[in-house]
Amino acid sequence: MLNTLTLTEASQGLRDKKFSSVELTKACLDQIKKHNEAMNAFVLVTEDLALKQAEAADAVLAKGGAHVLAGIPMGLKDIFNTKGVRTTCCSKIIRDFVPPYNATVVDKLSDAGMVLLGKLNMDEFACGGSTEHSCFGVTKNPWDLERVAGGSSGGSAAAVAADMAYYTLGTDTGGSIRQPASLSGCVGLKVTYGRVSRSGVTAMASSWDTIGPFGKTVQDTATVLQAIAGHDGRDATTPMVDVPDYSKSLGQSVQGLKIGVPKEYFGEGTDPEVEKAVRDALKEYEKMGATIHEVSLPYTKYAIAVYYVAMPAELSANLARFDGIRFGSKPSTEADSLLDYYLKVRSEGFGDEIKRRIMIGTYVLSAGYYDAYYRKAQKVRTLIIQDFENAFKNVDVMITPVSPFPAFKIGEKKDDPLAMYLADALTIPVSCAGVPAMSVPCGFSSGTATGGKKLPIGMQIIGPQFSEDLLFKVGSAYEQVTEWHKMKPTL
Amino acid sequence: MLSIEQIKHIAKLARLGVSDVEAEKFSQQLSSILGYVELLNEVDVKDVLPTSQVTGLQNVMREDTVKPFCTKEELLGCTELPVQLDQIKVKPVMNQ
Repeated sequence: MLNTLTLTEASQGLRDKKFSSVELTKACLDQIKKHNEAMNAFVLVTEDLALKQAEAADAVLAKGGAHVLAGIPMGLKDIFNTKGVRTTCCSKIIRDFVPPYNATVVDKLSDAGMVLLGKLNMDEFACGGSTEHSCFGVTKNPWDLERVAGGSSGGSAAAVAADMAYYTLGTDTGGSIRQPASLSGCVGLKVTYGRVSRSGVTAMASSWDTIGPFGKTVQDTATVLQAIAGHDGRDATTPMVDVPDYSKSLGQSVQGLKIGVPKEYFGEGTDPEVEKAVRDALKEYEKMGATIHEVSLPYTKYAIAVYYVAMPAELSANLARFDGIRFGSKPSTEADSLLDYYLKVRSEGFGDEIKRRIMIGTYVLSAGYYDAYYRKAQKVRTLIIQDFENAFKNVDVMITPVSPFPAFKIGEKKDDPLAMYLADALTIPVSCAGVPAMSVPCGFSSGTATGGKKLPIGMQIIGPQFSEDLLFKVGSAYEQVTEWHKMKPTL
Repeated sequence: MLSIEQIKHIAKLARLGVSDVEAEKFSQQLSSILGYVELLNEVDVKDVLPTSQVTGLQNVMREDTVKPFCTKEELLGCTELPVQLDQIKVKPVMNQ
């Protein structure tokens, strides 16, 4: 069962010549063939390309000096442009789009010897928290196929949790990496805004979007971030901040670490089993010599409102280019004017959630409402940022739940957009501040409410801007004393 | 509360075609979302500066140099619309 190895184990095994990249790739492809029909994690499997890339990686590995990611099979959320490989954002409007160039991160990983297994399911244009808003249908949770895998990067999370890929990439705008990682039971990292280039990744909300890895362990995600982080001339929002050697943070002691517990993130609205799992994790940190401090982020309750004004505003501008001319397919019936053409293309091509968000964005940016909504939201965002700055004066990191509850049933929230939005209450404030946060498995529900099916729970480790190395230290210390990250779903 | 007429107006501004049934559904859903964000009105933002960029970058400049990207054929190959003289042919904008 080569596909059940971690990225680190697989990479070491390649170096030790225990197996080849082609063998790893075939093991992952077998797993995909067995379970993807039920789970719907991959929306495109690039078998021939993967095997070709694996052969090329094996040749490089034989020579020696190969990159640590060389020959490691992986998957990409279907929002990363891949030259010559269909990239749809899981939207009908660009269902046949084949990009003529690679995203910067795809170029970086290709140079490292990437083996691309395929493209992963997501909510249309990364808008959603359940992958139910995908034109390819919902991704199912590997722990319970009646439940969602989370979203918007649901396919990326489920594929790693189900051992279909050693690592995947996703995007996180308001929680789209952390929440599916938590619901599906793997590690997911949302980086500092600007840490990873967004060039060639379809923009959702430009002042929020980030790119990050999913992995089976904290160490695996550190390895992937090392390969993709850094300044990029093609993305002006990537600052010239040095990328540290993340491997040095792994296995370091957390003795004396000050962990903040924001009181607004616990209690009302949070499932008691989720709260207990996170509090138990805090006890593990205390045993390792860290100290726990209650902190307050008083503007937390306004974060969702800020997000659902500012994000749709940015989204509505970004999606204007999907007009059937610059991007997007022709309408099914002949249009009689240019306006009619636009209306037809966009009403046929976009799903309901996208239409809702475009209309909210259009409304809050329209004359007379800009100051009342958009400007106001930008100001409250400043106050939320100050919350985090104040908290980090007293503590090194903060630990909270990722999602207030474990995976919910497919269909449960799909037609109630506001209920779906409120599920992101604990991830959105972090996105407001642009700070990094990582979801790490920290327990399971008891299964009493879910017919005996235990569902994964994740904790969110939050640090100041550009402190990804600290998150790796804190996350890996926990993995050394617990076994949660080793638990596997029965497929 | 957004009326069905307002929804239709916003939809047209956003170049979205919506049916009467959709307009009614969106009127309810958008009203509940916009009702929720009214929460922001209770925050005092006097003297607070707005945030549009979180890492403090300003005026990011670069040399204006030409770098090879995709070929003309690759880019024109992305469209489903007719191509004439290396240009994409669209519906007339004027005289409608």
